[in-house]
Amino acid sequence: MPKVKPHRTSPSLDMTPMVDLAFLLVTFFMLTTQFRPDEAVVVDPPSSTSDLVAPDSDILTLTIDNKKRVFFGYDKAPVKEAAIKAVGAKYGVSFTPTQIKQFSLLPNFGVPITQLASYLDKDTEDRKALNKTLPGIPYDSLNNQMIDWVLEARKANAAQFKKPTFLVIRGDGNADVKTVQTVIKLLQEKDINRFNLLTSLEMKPSFVGQ
Amino acid sequence: MAEIQQKGDSGGKGGKKRAKKASTKIDMTPMVDLAFLLLTFFMLTTTFAKPNVMQLTMPVKEKNPNPEEQTKIKASQAVTLILAPNDKIFYYFGLNEPTDKSVPVPEIKVTDFSANGIRKVLLDRKRQQPEPIILIEPYSSEGKEAKYKNMVDILDEMNITDQKKYALVDISKKDIELIKKQNLPL
Repeated sequence: MPKVKPHRTSPSLDMTPMVDLAFLLVTFFMLTTQFRPDEAVVVDPPSSTSDLVAPDSDILTLTIDNKKRVFFGYDKAPVKEAAIKAVGAKYGVSFTPTQIKQFSLLPNFGVPITQLASYLDKDTEDRKALNKTLPGIPYDSLNNQMIDWVLEARKANAAQFKKPTFLVIRGDGNADVKTVQTVIKLLQEKDINRFNLLTSLEMKPSFVGQ
Repeated sequence: MAEIQQKGDSGGKGGKKRAKKASTKIDMTPMVDLAFLLLTFFMLTTTFAKPNVMQLTMPVKEKNPNPEEQTKIKASQAVTLILAPNDKIFYYFGLNEPTDKSVPVPEIKVTDFSANGIRKVLLDRKRQQPEPIILIEPYSSEGKEAKYKNMVDILDEMNITDQKKYALVDISKKDIELIKKQNLPL
C-alpha cells in the first residue's frame, strides 16, 4: 500500500469578501460618525419610556452631577462666544481672543466666571485633570451665574440664528432631586417653563392593566 | 503572513526561457490591518443614538399668588406620592391637615417602583371616580434626599398609567412630620 499523502491545500485563503465588508463598514462609520465631545463631567442619565428625540441643534445643556454641581454647555460656538463676552462684561471679567476661542471649543464647563480665565489658559490635559475638582457654576440666589449663562446664550442664539433654544437638563441618576428642583425653580423665575429631561430609552411595559 | 507565495509552475520544461510571470496575488495584509484599525476606531468613537428627552412643563409662576383664587384640592381627589430615599415611595390618599380636626389623619403606605408597586396603586386608583390629582413630593429633609432617578421614574409612571393631573411640588413640613409620626423607615 502506498502511503496516503494528505492533500495539501494552499494555506492562503481568499480574503476579498472580508476586506470588502471591512471597507464597507469603514466607509459607513466614517460617514455617519460624529465625534463624542470630551465632556467635563460624566453623568449617567436615568432611563424612561419617553421616545421623544432631542433636535439636532440649538441645544442648551445643563448637566447636573451627583455632587450638586451644575455644568453649562451649548452646541454652537458663535453663541458661546457671544455668551462669554456678555456674561464676562456683566461680572467685569474680560477675556482674550484666545481664551474666547478656547471656550467656544469646550462642550461644557463648570467653573465660576472669576476662575474661568485661568481655566481656559490651561491645556487640555491639565483641564481634564482639574475637572473632578471643579466647583461647578454657582447657582444660589446670591451669586446666580447659571441663569446669566442661560439667558445670554438664549439671547445670542435668538439674535444670531433666529431660532428658539431647546433647554435640556442632563442629570445624573444619583443626583438629588433638590438640586434639579432648585435649577428648575431658578429658570421658572425667568419664565422658562419648559424643560427636557435627558433620559436613556427603556422599553415600554408591554401591558398596562386596563 | 496570510499569503504564502508558492512556487509558480513556470519553468521546468526544457530550456525554453519564459518571461517570469509575477503572481497576480498581492499581499493584502497591511491594507486589511489598516482597514480594521480604522473600523475599530470609528466604531468606538462614534455616537449613534440621539438622546431621548422627557418633556416637563411646569406651570407659570404667579408673581403675586392670591390665596383666594387658588383652587383647593378635594380630599376625595388627592393622592400624595412622596419619593423617599432608597427607592421607596410613601403614598396616601386624601389630605393631610393636622390643624383641622375634621380631616382624618391619612395613613401612609409604602411601596416601590416595580410594576407591582406604584403602577398597580395608580391603576387601581384610576378605575375609581373622581379622577385623581397626584402630588409628587420628592423627600428632602435632614440630609436625606430623593434621587433624580426616582423623579424621572415617577414622571415616567405618570405617562405609562396615563394620568391627566399631576404636579411636582416641594415636600411640605406637614408631610415630613406625618412620616416621622408614623415611624416610617427612611
